[in-house]
Amino acid sequence: MKSYLKNMKSVTKVDFATYLGVILAFVIVTVCQNMDLLSRQVTGMLVPICCYVVMAVSLNLTVGILGELSLGHAGFMSVGAFSGVVTSMCLSESIPNELVRVVLALVVGTIFAAITGVIVGVPVLRLRGDYLAIVTLAFGEIIRDIINCLLVGWDENGLHIALNIDGTKNIDSLGLSENGIEIIKGAQGASGNDRIATFTVGFVLVMITLVVVLNLVRSRTGRAVMAIRDNRIAAESVGINITKYKLIAFVTSAALAGAAGALFGLNYASVSADQFDFNTSIMVLVYVVLGGLGNIWGSIVATVVIYVLPEALREYADLRMLLYAIILIVVMLVTNNPTIWNFFARVHQQLRERKGGQVE
Amino acid sequence: MSNHLHREPTRLVPVPNPNKIPERDIDKAPILECRHLGIDFGGLTAVKDFNMAIGRTEIAGLIGPNGAGKTTVFNLLTKVYQPTRGTILLDGVDTNNMNTVQVNKAGIARTFQNIRLFNNLTVEDNVKLGFHNHIGYGMWSGIFRLPNYWKSEKVAHERAMELLSIFDMDYMARYTAGSLPYGAQRKLEIVRALATNPSLLLLDEPAAGMNPSETAELMDNIVKIRDTFGIAILLIEHDMSLVMGICEGIAVLNFGQIIAKGTPDEIKNDPVVIEAYLGKRKEG
Repeated sequence: MKSYLKNMKSVTKVDFATYLGVILAFVIVTVCQNMDLLSRQVTGMLVPICCYVVMAVSLNLTVGILGELSLGHAGFMSVGAFSGVVTSMCLSESIPNELVRVVLALVVGTIFAAITGVIVGVPVLRLRGDYLAIVTLAFGEIIRDIINCLLVGWDENGLHIALNIDGTKNIDSLGLSENGIEIIKGAQGASGNDRIATFTVGFVLVMITLVVVLNLVRSRTGRAVMAIRDNRIAAESVGINITKYKLIAFVTSAALAGAAGALFGLNYASVSADQFDFNTSIMVLVYVVLGGLGNIWGSIVATVVIYVLPEALREYADLRMLLYAIILIVVMLVTNNPTIWNFFARVHQQLRERKGGQVE
Repeated sequence: MSNHLHREPTRLVPVPNPNKIPERDIDKAPILECRHLGIDFGGLTAVKDFNMAIGRTEIAGLIGPNGAGKTTVFNLLTKVYQPTRGTILLDGVDTNNMNTVQVNKAGIARTFQNIRLFNNLTVEDNVKLGFHNHIGYGMWSGIFRLPNYWKSEKVAHERAMELLSIFDMDYMARYTAGSLPYGAQRKLEIVRALATNPSLLLLDEPAAGMNPSETAELMDNIVKIRDTFGIAILLIEHDMSLVMGICEGIAVLNFGQIIAKGTPDEIKNDPVVIEAYLGKRKEG
């Protein structure tokens, strides 16, 4: 066992530690929950944390691994959220089992977000750098605006969909029958949803995301994606199809964001498109940058800490956002400081030498 | 590695200039043939009427003063630029409609004048990326770690280590490419290009920035590559000791045009070449 550990690549060790850490966190939280140690406030944060962890890890695939700045990640979350909610509401009578419904909603959310990812990705990935960032930002806003004028209802005749572009339609123009359910009501969003998302589903989703992202990165596909990030011209010269691998990374990232969105939508009684605006995209980007570009476990830790931070600072009401901002700045300065990195490297080396001395 | 390289010629092309191709390649079709190749950038003609044939196992050199258009020729061959005029026949096949990726699959690999490695990846991964099109598993096998993944990755690992060990770099396999010393980075770029299984290897100033002992090692390595893999090598170089030492045929480029072709001895004594490099002796 020990020799096996020694022979393992350091990246493999880090991956295993990431999986173990997430499982451990889940077990501890579940035990605490069962012993009633957690306040209502904390319990309410569990599912959103899972959603944002998935968002951050998936955005890291685009920003950290592919190396392209995407500012429209919340758009895919939004697509996932609304398609997930619609699925869950439509199936509420035919499939009473909540777990099956959540899973189906997540799958539908993933598929719709992936399709949106392809539609957005094909034109956008022709661009590079700042231009790509700005166009993804625009697409994120377009998705929000489209959902803002979307009317969706469900009755025994099936799904009714209308686009309220000129603002003259409302939910009644769908012509639903008496037993019909109004699902998405334009700018009001979807309300009266079943809250069927659970922390366990969130945990499973986080694990699936980790498996998909980490395995993808450590495979032939991920290598090609990172090669494009490191040197596009060289990647082309060794026969790597740039467009294909950029699209694979971008669509995978969008699909996972869709799953996160579906879970998010199923956790609240009402969601509206304005919840998934530019600010949400930036917030997720902050998680990714703070956790370290390309560093998956970093994204997880950063998400949990930064998501919890404003809540933890609640007792300093007035100073809350100020403290939050200061902590962000300090973390950025510290993690980018070469002196501090060298200090940690020295400590690491000393520890290793001491360990080596003991063995001899 | 034995099956590493063996491409049968798809069409026999007559060798246009036999005395410029080494003897052992004389009865075989050339691996690369450029006919009247040219490119204009707006009103500027960067390369004009470039004709060249390279034998299957030849080490050929392309030299010329700065700005002569040598790297542009490489960029034409690898389709970074599409030629304005002329044809490139790789192993008798016209590469006219190919892009960079397809040309690489067809058998041209290159290195760059300014090193272009995947700096954040390990040395082994850099070589594996050269194998990219020879590893046969898709995205889903990778995500779900199907048997195909383990099998292909094992083969890729073994081949990468084998290739690295030929150049005594196997102990560096887990280092990050960007952290290697300069000479090793240059070597790794060549190894990565070789991993794509080329029939023609283009080296853009492989000895740039190297000291004499490193250059000597590089010369040995270039000859070793030709002998081990049985491929043709075309190199751009300013270091005349290297060019004259190992190239069998040399073409001299000046202002986008070939001004001389021949063996190293012919080139050394060609007055046109001397004039291009050193200028004309003033009359009187």
